[in-house]
Amino acid sequence: MLENLLVQGLSGLASASSLFLVASGLTVIFGVTRIVNFAHGSLYMLGAYLAWTLVTSLPRGHLGFWGGVAMAALIVGCVGVLIEVLLLRRIYKAPELFQLLATFGVVLIVQDLALLSWGPQDLLGPRAPGLRGATEILGIRFPLYELFLICVGPVVLALLWLLFNRTRWGTLVRAATADREMVGALGVNQRMLFTTVFFLGSVLAGLGGALQIPRESVNLQMDLAVISEAFVVVVVGGLGSLPGAFLAALLIGELQAFGILIFPRITLVLAFLVMAVVLVIRPHGLLGRAPSTAHGATAIEPPYPPPSPWVRRIGAAALALAVIVPPFLGDYALIVFTEIAIMVLFAASLHFIMGPGGMASFGHAAYFGFGAYGAALLLRHFGAPMEMGLLAAPFAAGLGGFVFGFFCVRLSGVYAAMLTLAFAQIAWSTAFQWVELTGGDNGILGVWPSPWAQSKLAYYYLALTLCAAATLLLRRAIFAPFGYALRAGRDSPLRAEAIGIDGFRIRWFAFVLAAVAAGIAGGLFAYAKGSVFPTYMSISRSVDALLMVLLGGVRTVSGPILGALAYTWLHEQLMRAFDLWRLFLGTIILALVLFFPQGLAGALQRGERRS
Amino acid sequence: MTLEVRDLHKSFGGVRAVSGVSLSVAAGELLALIGPNGAGKSTCFNMLNGQLRPDRGSVRLRGQEITGLAPRRIWRMGVGRTFQITATFASMSVLENVQMALLSHARRLFHIWNPVAKEDPSRALALLDRVGMSAQAARPCGVLAYGDLKRVELAIALANDPALLLMDEPTAGMAPAERVALMELTAHIAREGGIAVLFTEHDMDVVFAHADRLLVLDRGRPIAEGIPSEVRRDPRVREVYLGTGATHGYT
Repeated sequence: MLENLLVQGLSGLASASSLFLVASGLTVIFGVTRIVNFAHGSLYMLGAYLAWTLVTSLPRGHLGFWGGVAMAALIVGCVGVLIEVLLLRRIYKAPELFQLLATFGVVLIVQDLALLSWGPQDLLGPRAPGLRGATEILGIRFPLYELFLICVGPVVLALLWLLFNRTRWGTLVRAATADREMVGALGVNQRMLFTTVFFLGSVLAGLGGALQIPRESVNLQMDLAVISEAFVVVVVGGLGSLPGAFLAALLIGELQAFGILIFPRITLVLAFLVMAVVLVIRPHGLLGRAPSTAHGATAIEPPYPPPSPWVRRIGAAALALAVIVPPFLGDYALIVFTEIAIMVLFAASLHFIMGPGGMASFGHAAYFGFGAYGAALLLRHFGAPMEMGLLAAPFAAGLGGFVFGFFCVRLSGVYAAMLTLAFAQIAWSTAFQWVELTGGDNGILGVWPSPWAQSKLAYYYLALTLCAAATLLLRRAIFAPFGYALRAGRDSPLRAEAIGIDGFRIRWFAFVLAAVAAGIAGGLFAYAKGSVFPTYMSISRSVDALLMVLLGGVRTVSGPILGALAYTWLHEQLMRAFDLWRLFLGTIILALVLFFPQGLAGALQRGERRS
Repeated sequence: MTLEVRDLHKSFGGVRAVSGVSLSVAAGELLALIGPNGAGKSTCFNMLNGQLRPDRGSVRLRGQEITGLAPRRIWRMGVGRTFQITATFASMSVLENVQMALLSHARRLFHIWNPVAKEDPSRALALLDRVGMSAQAARPCGVLAYGDLKRVELAIALANDPALLLMDEPTAGMAPAERVALMELTAHIAREGGIAVLFTEHDMDVVFAHADRLLVLDRGRPIAEGIPSEVRRDPRVREVYLGTGATHGYT
């Protein structure tokens, strides 16, 4: 028994080491550039693929293996520099979420490039020379390579500590982490600093990936799998804190190792549960500090102008078309139209808390999923008809928003976004692992509409009516006292409090409203597809919603509607026309971020003002 | 008395930021809280407006205990505020900024149906008129000149018919002519409406021209209190403000 625990503890340490390698790069990059780099997982994946290629083509032996690993890490470092110079350097001044969107574009592009270069199959790497065997610990065999990995983490931490505390460059990096504007004012070449920091972070990610090849197969899912864990580690440790990342990696690694023994059913959720608990108790992570607000050069948010007659007319015309045209369309087009209507509401619900509320949610899919599961579970366990399901959907989602929102709206910025992500992951893994209730990965099938709504056309009109009504209600709320109070809290929390506005309750209520709206969308989606799966709550669906809002423009009220239309249509067309749709989508996202930073609606607005 | 403060204490770690401050302000009276940097003015101020909880002491507004209440509750009891660095809602127009305070006063913040644009603007416009900003009512707050923002803040602070106005360095960052105008306006409004005003200020011209009484702090302790002419003659105040010359070596 004791031996088992020891071995489990050791493998926990090994995975903690690997986690730390990835997370350290992420946290260093965030500390200096304030960019939440989604593409860090892609760099990790690239490191693994490159190492596989180099190690298998170089001559066997120590030089071949270790040389290959080192070379892979350096190449990834150069790729990181390329990304920084070509893309991120142009958007350091952009809002946080735009940077995030840009790095997500890189994720999509790298995924397809990796698919093109290495193919879809899992690749198995050779084992490390000299570390092939196993050693006996208390009579149980333990792989040597794992022992080696256990040492890598502390060694890297020590090297990084020396680098940051014993070199001039490291001092500058620490200074920039504490106060970027001040370092700039002291005449330090920030560009060089940012680029070199990005190089270092990317090398660490690449190294982390390269060192995985003797342990596990190299595949195309590595990027998103590792980035969500790395986010957890970085946030739990405190953004920008290296020792924090190390501590958090240990905590998460060990918890997962022992969690498997004690609660095998909640392994997926454990890391996110830890993150949620830590953020609720320590809002800036274990060793993190509140960001300095001394030079809080927050961008002034533009006002929401009432829609011009021109915009009103186009909106009315679009709605009229959406009502008149469908009877002449085929089933496929009706399915797409229904989905667009649902996505418009989903995007509008996210925009409600992101735009006027100023809170970013990385986990908005949770409420979409609550709606879908609320309806489907009622059907599965009580045989409830569609009408009741559609009533239950917003209720279930609202309840979810009520509970999760209570914690999320207390935090701000990246931490709030990460807590929403954590809750969404908890919801997702519950749906995934609680098989008796939810059917797990197989989902719940046979979620069909009532007879009167079974034709695609009837269901389309039902979806259109509910979505348009809910979207218009949210829009009304934005221009009503409530929406103003929400914006007041975003613009100046100090002033809002000083005129009696209870920012917490306002944001909480907004969160619940947004969740209810997302729940309606989720319920409609469930009956449209006839089934419900855990993927309805996955990170990628949350990111879809973010993309729609940012694509349309978060700073305008019509933005999310336009964004949902464009994104859903584009997504559908690209998926149909190209195998490499991710590559196209990623490129389009990058182009948008670089050339239309205000989103589509923002660009249109400017065009209108100019004319 | 509108505001009565008894024996306020606050320490940060080992540093006594404020110790033993008592003061009172009557309706229609302007009391200036002055002192060199680090004297404890801001700490004192933040304990009155609810941003800091005092270690000891009591703050009473019209006889009611408000010590340690949240800023928004203190506002509801009739305390208006302006900030040293103006805090307004940049994405809203000047009019809407004032309307927010009125809507909050009427407890209508959770209404989600009727648009703010359809609200009757007459009360908000009247408030803006009092501070001379009604001509700029439609402009977004994000584009105003600093002096104008200060006036908007004053209008916002007056929106709930306060019994007490707390003004933290009301004229900081303004041009000299603007300073005089703003303080004259404030004094006029206060006397006319019977509003007690407590303000901190670095500009001694403003202080001596408009304050009815002064309270001087040094290192967290009150060292003098009285009408301007008395305080001006107080040797301890002169020492604190003008120094003995020792710091610059002119012995």
